[in-house]
Amino acid sequence: MSTPPLTPELEAVLDRHGRDPTRLVQILREAQELAGWLPPPLITALARALRLPRARVEGTAAFYSFLYLRPAGRYRVLFSDNVTDRMQGSEALLDQLCERLWAEKGRVTEDGLVYIDTTSCTGLCDQGPGLLVNGWAIPRASRERLDLIAGLILEQRPLAEWPAELFHIDHPIHRRDLLLAEPPTAGEALAAVLAHDADGSGLLAQVERAGLRGRGGAGFPTARKWAACRQAPGAVHYVVCNADEGEPGTFKDRVLLAEYADLVLEGMTLCAYVLGAGRSPTQGLIYLRGEYRFLLEHLQSALARRRAAGLLGRAICGRAGFDFDIELHLGAGAYVCGEESALLESLEGKRGVPRNRPPYPVTHGYLGQPTVVNNVETFCAAAVIARHGAEAYRARGTPDSPGSKLLSVAGDCARPGVYEYPFGVTVREVLADCGAQDAQAVQVGGPSGTLVGPHEFDRRIAFEDLATAGAFTVFGPQRDLFEVVRNYVHFFAHESCGFCTPCRVGTAILRGVMDKIHAGRGARHDLEQLEQVERAMRLASHCGLGQTACNPLRDLRTRFRPTLERRLASLDFAPAFDLDAALARARAFTGRDDARAHLHTDTLAS
Amino acid sequence: MNTRLSFLLDGAEVPFTPGQSVIQAALAAGRYIPHLCYHPEFTPHGSCKLCTVRADGRPAAACTLPARAGLQVDSETEELRALRRTLVQMLFAEGNHFCPSCEKSGNCVLQSLGYDLEVHTAGFRHFFLDRPVDASHPDILLDFNRCVLCRLCVRASEEVDGKGVFYLGGRGVQRRLLVSSESGRLADTDIAVTDKAVEVCPVGVILRKHVGFAVPIGRRRYDVKPLRERALEDAPRGEEGTHG
Ligand SMILES: Cc1cc2nc3c(=O)[nH]c(=O)nc-3n(C[C@H](O)[C@H](O)[C@H](O)COP(=O)(O)O)c2cc1C
Ligand code: SF4
Ligand code: SF4
Ligand code: FES
Repeated sequence: MSTPPLTPELEAVLDRHGRDPTRLVQILREAQELAGWLPPPLITALARALRLPRARVEGTAAFYSFLYLRPAGRYRVLFSDNVTDRMQGSEALLDQLCERLWAEKGRVTEDGLVYIDTTSCTGLCDQGPGLLVNGWAIPRASRERLDLIAGLILEQRPLAEWPAELFHIDHPIHRRDLLLAEPPTAGEALAAVLAHDADGSGLLAQVERAGLRGRGGAGFPTARKWAACRQAPGAVHYVVCNADEGEPGTFKDRVLLAEYADLVLEGMTLCAYVLGAGRSPTQGLIYLRGEYRFLLEHLQSALARRRAAGLLGRAICGRAGFDFDIELHLGAGAYVCGEESALLESLEGKRGVPRNRPPYPVTHGYLGQPTVVNNVETFCAAAVIARHGAEAYRARGTPDSPGSKLLSVAGDCARPGVYEYPFGVTVREVLADCGAQDAQAVQVGGPSGTLVGPHEFDRRIAFEDLATAGAFTVFGPQRDLFEVVRNYVHFFAHESCGFCTPCRVGTAILRGVMDKIHAGRGARHDLEQLEQVERAMRLASHCGLGQTACNPLRDLRTRFRPTLERRLASLDFAPAFDLDAALARARAFTGRDDARAHLHTDTLAS
Repeated sequence: MNTRLSFLLDGAEVPFTPGQSVIQAALAAGRYIPHLCYHPEFTPHGSCKLCTVRADGRPAAACTLPARAGLQVDSETEELRALRRTLVQMLFAEGNHFCPSCEKSGNCVLQSLGYDLEVHTAGFRHFFLDRPVDASHPDILLDFNRCVLCRLCVRASEEVDGKGVFYLGGRGVQRRLLVSSESGRLADTDIAVTDKAVEVCPVGVILRKHVGFAVPIGRRRYDVKPLRERALEDAPRGEEGTHG
């Protein structure tokens, strides 16, 4: 096989990344920005250049939704498919665009011009429906805006010439508390710490006293994580900011990165000070989800400003030995990469498959070195603590959940956007503030969180009650919660990394059963199967995705049971006669097992 | 030495040496824990989850769980037996496992697990995979529709054969076995029929040609001796810490 030489542009991409195989995901992403997709000879050539087995390069690309191993059209229009997008009419809009452009969903048009499909939540729920066109986010899809887009595509206008207004994204904040109201200015928190803390131990103690817990969902004590990493021996200590924000319905990290970039970067720098004690080498990384590509240049210029101001780079704030810089990595469409060990794999250029633990990232993280992974908001909170002190922080929230929490409020409410509350706020208070009368349910924490009904609206947002990574999705009385949950079940099946049996196969079975019930052919037996699969997934899944993927189903079953049972064709009668199974003998005789030798009464796998 | 390290497996003491996993120590001690992606000669993968136990009450894969003194491990409980049956049913539903027509029948770990765990029905609706087989290689046949994604062939090709012929790529139910050539065909790789990667596949994906049914069904590896006995025979044992 002859492999064509790489173009000069591709050589430049490879050189920029030092031909380092741990940069594979970044290299693939940039190669695709040049070529539009990743043709087989290109994969072969990249594998050679990086000295990797070819199948590893191909298999890695195949893991990420935004990397294409087949021609993907000159314009790729992806409709965000979160339940909030659907509530805002995304499905009809997708059909409209398909019709306008003579396209079929999920298929490149004959002339190679356009490809239209859905994608997991793009984090624009406060201004949906969201779109991605060639990776660039467009909010507020509407008939008019799609007409405009269709025209631009038919004229084959380059994206750079599209009206900038199409890509304008708002970052609405409707309630500010300690973090959003009084953020330290750039360098202020660092100066406060460096003035009296010679080795980061004072700051560590302060974060400990403040009782800061991780904002990415699990609520792990931040000081304990930092201390374990600080103690772990290693050539370099890494500070990783988890900006993957993939949980459907969550967008508060988007707002923080867009409006409070300095606060995020300051928090990371403070963490580096704790890990390296201002003496040993530290390095920072931000893993930004591919959907937030539009924030890349903004963040790069924030980094440049801080370097110029002496807040990043060598001898930060004039402290000799305190060297720290931050690098940006973009994801490529994979929710599971928000899981911290999968995130590290992806940063190392691999598929985002969660690692076996132990060892944990604090001792063996990025490139095997001690690593702290924290959520965007956690770093912001750390900077606020460094500036305002542990006591001011502890004065907010509850004893078990000190401080404040940012919520991403969306769905059936008058004022979607980000709201910051002290922990302990009730669901009812948030509903009142955002203008949501007569909600029938709220999804707190996204699909992997909890779906609560009106009798639970006095429950509190806090780690000890309703824990949340930030999503707060409101469902009005007109919504069908069965369809809401079915959407979530599809999401998990699409995003399962496929590593472990219970989640890979389980999520696909759940999707099939939910679709069967949706089609009006569900029976009691199907509910039993849902429960059997759920037990296996909770017990044996390798990571949090599989362990929590059944939460929406659990909540539907236990809190909204009538909604589920109404959908069953028959409660007691489970069709015992499986026509297809009855044909098994005939198939065996004829040695056939192809699709046409089966009676498809419903479909399970895709 | 009288300070022997040990943990409890279903109430019975199992000795171990530092660095061993729970499954290594258990098998060496003659105690079977069901497994599929674990193989004594390779680094553990931890993906099939058949070896799931409860260690001090918490679920964990025994093949990736480091043995620790005093650990209380439960394996043969009704909960875990039910889990393993569900997992085997899942694998049978995911792939095309029509055992009577499969050359691997009798030598297949998945089939034997089914017998061992008394899985009598598929339980779930089949996915009906429809991936074309690869018959391009003169000596080796690939039937992708039976892959259980254990990664043993990948590990063997990389760690033993030094080749990197196979890789598991893609995501979710699209995750699948990939062959390392631009054409995607096995004939265009440097695989040899004598490679460890060919030998190690526990199911009927990587098959040697020309040996079809040379050993008749009924006289094959797991026909002659059940899976759990074979697993215990294959377990490496040091001089220390073995009994049974
Ligand atoms: C499937 C899955 C997805 C996750 N996605 C995110 C995410 O997008 N952002 C995030 O900060 N944490 C996410 N997490 C949690 C991370 O694994 C990790 O706990 C977190 O980044 C730690 O930071 P914290 O202590 O500051 O919360 C996810 C976890 C799982 C299991
Ligand atoms: S639980 Fe799901 S996402 Fe997590 S490792 Fe298993 S297959 Fe992958
Ligand atoms: S081909 Fe065989 S050895 Fe390789 S991953 Fe699939 S089942 Fe495992
Ligand atoms: S044998 Fe342990 S997970 Fe497969």
